[in-house]
Amino acid sequence: MGNKYILEIRDLHVHFRVYEGISRVIDGVSLYIAKGERVGLAGETGCGKTVTMKTVMGMLKIPPAIIPCGEVCLDGRDILRMSPKEFLQIKGTEISVIFQDPMNALNPVFTVGEQFYDVIRFAQQRFSNGGNLSRERIRNKMIAALKEVILPDPERIANSYPLELSGGMRQRVLIAMALVNNPKLLIADEPGTALDVTIQAQILDLMSKLVETKGISVLLITHNLGVIQETTERVYIMYGGQVMETAPTNVLFGNPKHPYSQGLLSSVPRLTGGEIAEGIPGTVPDYITAPSGCRFHPRCNYAMPICAQKKPPLTMLESDHYVACYLYAKQGGQNE
Amino acid sequence: MKNKQRVLSSVNSEFTTTQWMVLKDKVGRAWYRFRRNPISITGGSIVLLVILLAILAPYVTPYPQHAGAFTDFLNAFQAPSKSYWFGTDEIGRDIFTRVIFGYRISLMLAVIVLGISVPLGVILGLTAGYFGGIIETIIMRITDVFLAIPPLLMALAICAAFTPTIEKAMLAIASIWWTWHCRLVCGITRSIKTEEFVQASWVIGDSHFRIIFKDILPNCMSAIIVKITLDAGFVILVGAGLSFLGLGTQPPKSDLGTMISYGAQYLPTKWWPTVFPSFAILFLILGFNLLGDGLRDMLDVETGGI
Amino acid sequence: MKFSQFLIRRLLYSILVLLGLSILIFTIARILPGDPARLALGPFAPEEQVEHLRHKMGMDKPLPLQYWNYIRGLFYGDLGLSFVTRRNVALDITHYLPATVELITMAIFWVFVIGVPLGVLSARYKDGWLDNTSRVIAFVGVSVPPFVVGLIGQLVFSYVLGILPTTGRLALLTPTPPTITGLLLLDSLIAGNFGTFGDALKHILLPSFAVAMTGIGQITRITRAGMIDVLNKDYIEAARAFGIPDCYVTFKYVLKPSFIAPMTILGLSFASQLGNAFLVETVFAWPGIAKYGIRAILRKDFNAIMGVVLIIGLAFVMVNFIVDVLAGYIDPRIRIQEETIEE
Repeated sequence: MGNKYILEIRDLHVHFRVYEGISRVIDGVSLYIAKGERVGLAGETGCGKTVTMKTVMGMLKIPPAIIPCGEVCLDGRDILRMSPKEFLQIKGTEISVIFQDPMNALNPVFTVGEQFYDVIRFAQQRFSNGGNLSRERIRNKMIAALKEVILPDPERIANSYPLELSGGMRQRVLIAMALVNNPKLLIADEPGTALDVTIQAQILDLMSKLVETKGISVLLITHNLGVIQETTERVYIMYGGQVMETAPTNVLFGNPKHPYSQGLLSSVPRLTGGEIAEGIPGTVPDYITAPSGCRFHPRCNYAMPICAQKKPPLTMLESDHYVACYLYAKQGGQNE
Repeated sequence: MKNKQRVLSSVNSEFTTTQWMVLKDKVGRAWYRFRRNPISITGGSIVLLVILLAILAPYVTPYPQHAGAFTDFLNAFQAPSKSYWFGTDEIGRDIFTRVIFGYRISLMLAVIVLGISVPLGVILGLTAGYFGGIIETIIMRITDVFLAIPPLLMALAICAAFTPTIEKAMLAIASIWWTWHCRLVCGITRSIKTEEFVQASWVIGDSHFRIIFKDILPNCMSAIIVKITLDAGFVILVGAGLSFLGLGTQPPKSDLGTMISYGAQYLPTKWWPTVFPSFAILFLILGFNLLGDGLRDMLDVETGGI
Repeated sequence: MKFSQFLIRRLLYSILVLLGLSILIFTIARILPGDPARLALGPFAPEEQVEHLRHKMGMDKPLPLQYWNYIRGLFYGDLGLSFVTRRNVALDITHYLPATVELITMAIFWVFVIGVPLGVLSARYKDGWLDNTSRVIAFVGVSVPPFVVGLIGQLVFSYVLGILPTTGRLALLTPTPPTITGLLLLDSLIAGNFGTFGDALKHILLPSFAVAMTGIGQITRITRAGMIDVLNKDYIEAARAFGIPDCYVTFKYVLKPSFIAPMTILGLSFASQLGNAFLVETVFAWPGIAKYGIRAILRKDFNAIMGVVLIIGLAFVMVNFIVDVLAGYIDPRIRIQEETIEE
């Protein structure tokens, strides 16, 4: 289709019907990932990052979840309007996920090899319509994938149960499983946070190398700003189910415009002297009785009356740097 | 030293005030959830109803004198009617009355058995779980051997010794039953032992005794309560079984199991001496099971088995 | 591999439990009041005769020696003499045991064939009509005393509907097949006697179901709970995210871990089947080990009591062993964790 973007999320709204009412978690989120681009989605815990990811992966249970409006297009095709069967073709092959917690993502009663085998087998079935299914070939593919993630002795790993592997090894296995079918888009949900920092660094390094050599687009979801800075080209800052700001990573980190982004970046403690940062007073909003307009306004130092009335549109500051804030809307500038 | 004591006691008393508030909140919420869960309501109502009937038996039943030794052969084997709601048995006694009095016996047995086995099991379980090591191994191995015996069997074997009365039988069951609670509590204790608030108490200098009763026991309470409720149902079931086999209360006292056993001889023509006590006991056991199940859902508890 | 180690350890453990059980029962039986020799001979027998019987039964020797003799006898298959029948207890048991074995086996069959699928479907279609119905059935199953099931069953099917017999294993006029296993169903099949087979089947239907009722309830509930638990696990979500089709996920990745839950209570379930068998045998006049055992208890027939309890204990330990091994096979965590705890 010659589309520039591999992933386009347009004005996505996601609500959940819970006992106490309707929880309007995602409130008009738009996000674009160009082919081969590495994009980060950052925000504090509870801001809706995981819900966004699950929507893209089709992992939401439709009741109680409701998607009143919005589009999610993968390489031009709207996956929200696809049938489950069609979507099944895509999962694992065009779009893959690396889960947060490697401890629980593998089925404990099957060996790694068995699970890996199934992942490859079902992908192959779709591509070659029955051909290419020999056990031999699949096994070779699996071993090759395990080698790529720098796992020593891939044969032994394939015959092991998840319990016998360390967290770092399991994470590598999961990465291998995610990449083996050459997806176009890789979603990484807090990769390595369940592991200790040194391992996490190795994992992120490995991931970066792999996606670069294969030209895979990445959506990296995390609350860890350091990781964003190291591994992404562009970043979206999310709060309360809304996108607050988006820009190329170094631009945003060097010059954050949105009050929330500023607060976020300044609350990261620096090793090079100075005082301990303050953090942003207040707490994450309750999605059932969410603040109107810009959801950050109750905690914002620069809040104006209009902030509570209407949600600010994304205003373009420079090319590729957008802010959703009335502070900048006055300065005129195009809306997205 | 005096300062340390003062600090400790102030910390502890502050602790207890907030503990009290937390407890009230917990109870309030639990009650709210209980009210909204149809299973626990149904079960609770049944159990409450039976308990009330049993306590008020002499005042609630039409023929309280029929509960004991009473004969009225003229009215033997009356089918259910307005004067005899459940009919009469082979000696002419009102079955409805005897059923209600039978409930008394069933409930009392549950109280006796659980009253003995639960405290025993809980204390041993706490000890085993908390101190671990060889104490735990010994206690656990003993429970393993006891668990290898179906309760009914043990009851039968011990009944062999003494004249078979229902009390002796229930003592026999109690002598095995503690093992379940022991296991349950031991498991919970082991997992809680490593939690931080226990470690915190340890650091403050609380004695073992205090830690066990202040920190660990409250966390076991939900599981224990659920298990007790479910146990009550089971104990009554086993008790009925024993009576049915003839190892229970001797006549003329009315026990549900015995009534069913006597009534079975007269099937199928005179079905009421069997059917009504059968449903009566089913009713009670069902009540306890529903209540226990509802409580379990509500308190979100794992009881490690049925 | 580690599996054989696991097996051996389980085996040793089972033997230990059996030993403990035998000591326990032996001690209890011996220290109980009541003089079995006197009971056996009646109150009018002269004292020397009672003494003679007591001596013959070896009751005048010290307790540990009695125990030792008994254990020795066990290895020769000698379970001692029954006071009541005056026969070798072992013989008595082989006479009565098959009936009970058949009953319990049939009951276990019901439990699995009905209980597990019901639990699986219940979880799969959670909150649907099937789920609600099966939950009610399971609930009642766990709450109803087995003899009540038996009696009501008799009432409905034998007396009112008249389609099933009331008591016994075979109708009076049906010829018994040559005894090979003692299990009527098997023996009649082996002998090619289908008429007898049908009759035996009709007779065992109601009693086995009464015995199974509790077990069905238990297994259904725990299978359902286990499966619901697994369905919510991360790794199932992950498997789906990797593009593995839904039905494959359900029948392979969900099912296998779900079997662990019913496995854990299998031993317990077996225990309840045994207990139930005792009650049901009485209702249906089933000539099994229960009748023998109860009589032994009422008459304080020590050797018989010991024999019965040991056999039951043995069966129990064997079942637990099989269950543990199966569980270890299905769930590698159990095998591996055991090792690490020991270290």
